[in-house]
Formats: sequence, C-alpha cells, structure tokens
Amino acid sequence: MNFAAIIESLPLYFSSLLVTIKLLAFALAMGLAFAIPLAVLRASRSKWLSRPVWCFTYFFCGTPMLVQLFLIYYGLAQFVWVRESFIWPWFSSAWFCAVFTFALNTCAYTTEIIAGAIRSTNAGEIEAAKSMGMSRSVMIRRILLPSALRRSLPAYSNEVIFMLHGTSLASIVTLMDLTGAAREMNSTFYLPFEAFLTAGAFYLVLTFVLVGLFHLAEKRFLVHLRPRT
Amino acid sequence: MLHGLLQGFLPSILEGAAITLAVAVSSLVIALAFGLAGASAKLSKSRWLVMLATVYTTVIRGVPDLVLMLLIYYGGQTLVNTIAPKFGYEDFIDVNPFIAGVITIGFIFGAYLTETFRGAILAIPAGQREAGIAYGMSKAQAFRRIVLPQMVRLAIPGFSNNWLVLVKATALVSVIGLSDMMQRAGLAAGATREPFTFYAAVAVLYLIITTVSIILLKALEKRYSLGVKVAS
Repeated sequence: MNFAAIIESLPLYFSSLLVTIKLLAFALAMGLAFAIPLAVLRASRSKWLSRPVWCFTYFFCGTPMLVQLFLIYYGLAQFVWVRESFIWPWFSSAWFCAVFTFALNTCAYTTEIIAGAIRSTNAGEIEAAKSMGMSRSVMIRRILLPSALRRSLPAYSNEVIFMLHGTSLASIVTLMDLTGAAREMNSTFYLPFEAFLTAGAFYLVLTFVLVGLFHLAEKRFLVHLRPRT
Repeated sequence: MLHGLLQGFLPSILEGAAITLAVAVSSLVIALAFGLAGASAKLSKSRWLVMLATVYTTVIRGVPDLVLMLLIYYGGQTLVNTIAPKFGYEDFIDVNPFIAGVITIGFIFGAYLTETFRGAILAIPAGQREAGIAYGMSKAQAFRRIVLPQMVRLAIPGFSNNWLVLVKATALVSVIGLSDMMQRAGLAAGATREPFTFYAAVAVLYLIITTVSIILLKALEKRYSLGVKVAS
C-alpha cells in the first residue's frame, strides 16, 4: 500500500465526494417528487391510468441504467430536432444527462415501491376516511399517502443505497465523482488497489451513514407499526 | 426491416447478446457457490466463519459494482504481473475481461444470495433436519435430501430478484473492454452515427432477457409450490 499517494490524492477524493452526493441528492429529489403522483396513478383501478405508468416502470426497471444513460447522453444527439431545440444545451451536458437518467431510473423503482405500499393499505383506513366524508383527493392527501409513504421506508432505503452505487456510472460519461476520482488516481499513479480501495472505503462510509439515517427515520415514522410488548 | 434499421449490424449485436448471456450465466454459477458457502458460514457455529461471512456481505453490498469490477480488473492485472516474474515468467499478462467480469459479478451477487439462502434455510424447521439425522443420514445428506428441496421454493422470489439485477449488472463488463452487446452497439453507433438506434436495440434485447426470465421463474415457482396448501 502506497499511503503517500493516497494522502496526496485525498483532496481529489473529497471534492469528488461532493459530486457524488450532489448527483445522488438531485436524482433522489426529482425521482421521489415524480414517483408519488405516478404511484397513485399506478395503483389506480383504472387500466387507462395504471397501464402507461406500468410501461414507464417496466422499461426503466427492465434495462440496465448504463443503457439508459447512453441512450440519453449519446443517443439523443442522433436527432436533428433535438440538437436544434432549446433543450439541447441541457442534454449536451454530461452532468445534466447523468442526473436526468438517474432521476428517471430511481423514479421508476420508487413508483413501484410506493404503489405496492398503496395497494397494501388496510381497507379499514380508507373506509374510515370515506365515512368521515373526505373527498377522494383529501383522502389520498391525508390518509393514503402518509400511511403508504411510511410503509415504503424500508424498501426505499434499499433503493437509495442502490442509487448511491448507481451514481458511479457517472464516471463513464467523464464526470469526476468518487469512481471518476479513483480512475484518475489509477491512471496518474498506476496504483489500482490504492485507488479503488480508497473509493470503496468512501462509498462504504456513505452507505453506513445512509443506512443509519434511514434507521432513525424508521424509528420515528414507523413507531405505530412496532410490535407492542 | 429490422435488418435495414440496424444496417447490417444485427448479427454482431446478437453475438454480443450471446456473450452477455454467457457472462450472466457463468456469474450466476459462481454467485450460487458463494451464496451457499456464505449462508452456511453465517449459520455455522464457528464465530470466525460468521464474522467472515458478515464482513463479506456488508462490504460487498456497500460498494458499487463498478468500483469492484475496476478493482478486480486493474488490480488483478497488477497482481498477476507482480507475481508472475517471481516464477520466471517475464511477458506482460493481460487479464481476460470475461474472467474478471464473471468473477466480480459472481462475487457481488454471492453476497446478495447469501442473505436470500440464509433466510430460506432458517425457514425450514430444524426438526426436519433432525428427523433426517435420526434416520441415519449424514449432515450433508440431510441437507441435500431434506432442506435443499424445500428451501428452493422459499428462495425463488429472492433469487428471481437477484438474477434480474445481475443481468442488468452485466452491462458493466463493456467498461472493462469485453465485447458484449453494449460494446458492439457502441462500435456500430460510431460507424453509423446513429447511437440512439443501437442503444435502443440493446435496451430491447435486455427487456427480452428480463421478460423471458420473469416468465420462466414464475413457472418455476409454481412448479416448486405444487405441494403447498393455499388458503382460498
């Protein structure tokens, strides 16, 4: 182990850590924001509402995220109308394409997680809301979503960890995230073990922090589901 | 029509799909071995084995597959080329990306399968294994004849999930230079300047693989649940 080289590269790792966290935060925020309304549609009994959402989630959950990233980052340039439109400045940037792809991907998985939680909502909760005279939209906002989102927490924490690992793909489209920093260090010093083990350690710590945060959140939000002793 | 759309690159991409499938299936074999070994270690009485298996599953599940793959590919290259000269072998040795990819993916999904198998084994009542041993079976026989056939049914849902994630992870081997369908699509995209067409073709092929997998695994689950009572 060449610790001198690791210490020399640490500033690079810390600045790239910020890139990884930013990618993750933007993707998760956008993904979750769209996943909640989509999950309500996905769990709806009307086929006309749930089927289109199913197509979206089936595509994004059934193909590798790397393929999705390449479709958006390299693929869209094939179309002249995209290159001439006002969105092109956005889609020609690796940073935007990465965040956009990650957001779509996590949105698809999160939609399925929340839709599953909505479907397994206790019928009594919905009946109670109806008998209190709530309209459908009030019932969704006050009863269905608060209950379903809480119950999605354990599965969502898994998705967040997967997404953290997924952000490593950003290094393939030239971004300087943690994995990108490791590849940079490897090509500068030609020390693969030092480079990738350091990146691995950073990811491991991030994973532990996220798991810990979700543990706290579950303690706070799922307290009503804990077995009573 | 398909042939025209892909401008003669279809055979090459299908060959790549075969390589992708080969990577997936070979990794699965390694993952099954690591998974069973990991589950046995986690359920063993030896504290060291339990600790080793816990470190394995925790570390592997905490680090991205891409980082592990680059570590094993580039690190393996360095390791092989520092050890080989000590045995009098002077030429530079290239690590085969197929082998590096398969080992990495197998090693990673072994960790996920460890948890799946551990849960399935725990769900088989200990009395059944004890009954087998009381009939004079060895421990290995009791595991093979009594526990294994029953745990398969319980492991299938978790296994299906892991297999689908594994299939999607195979796209990463293109990063270390294996000419799977991803890499071939990249070459075709460069030659024709139509990246969307070719990456979309790869996406469709992946969708076909995952869809067929889902159908087969559902059938398998049904087959293994034949003797199970379902409350109607």
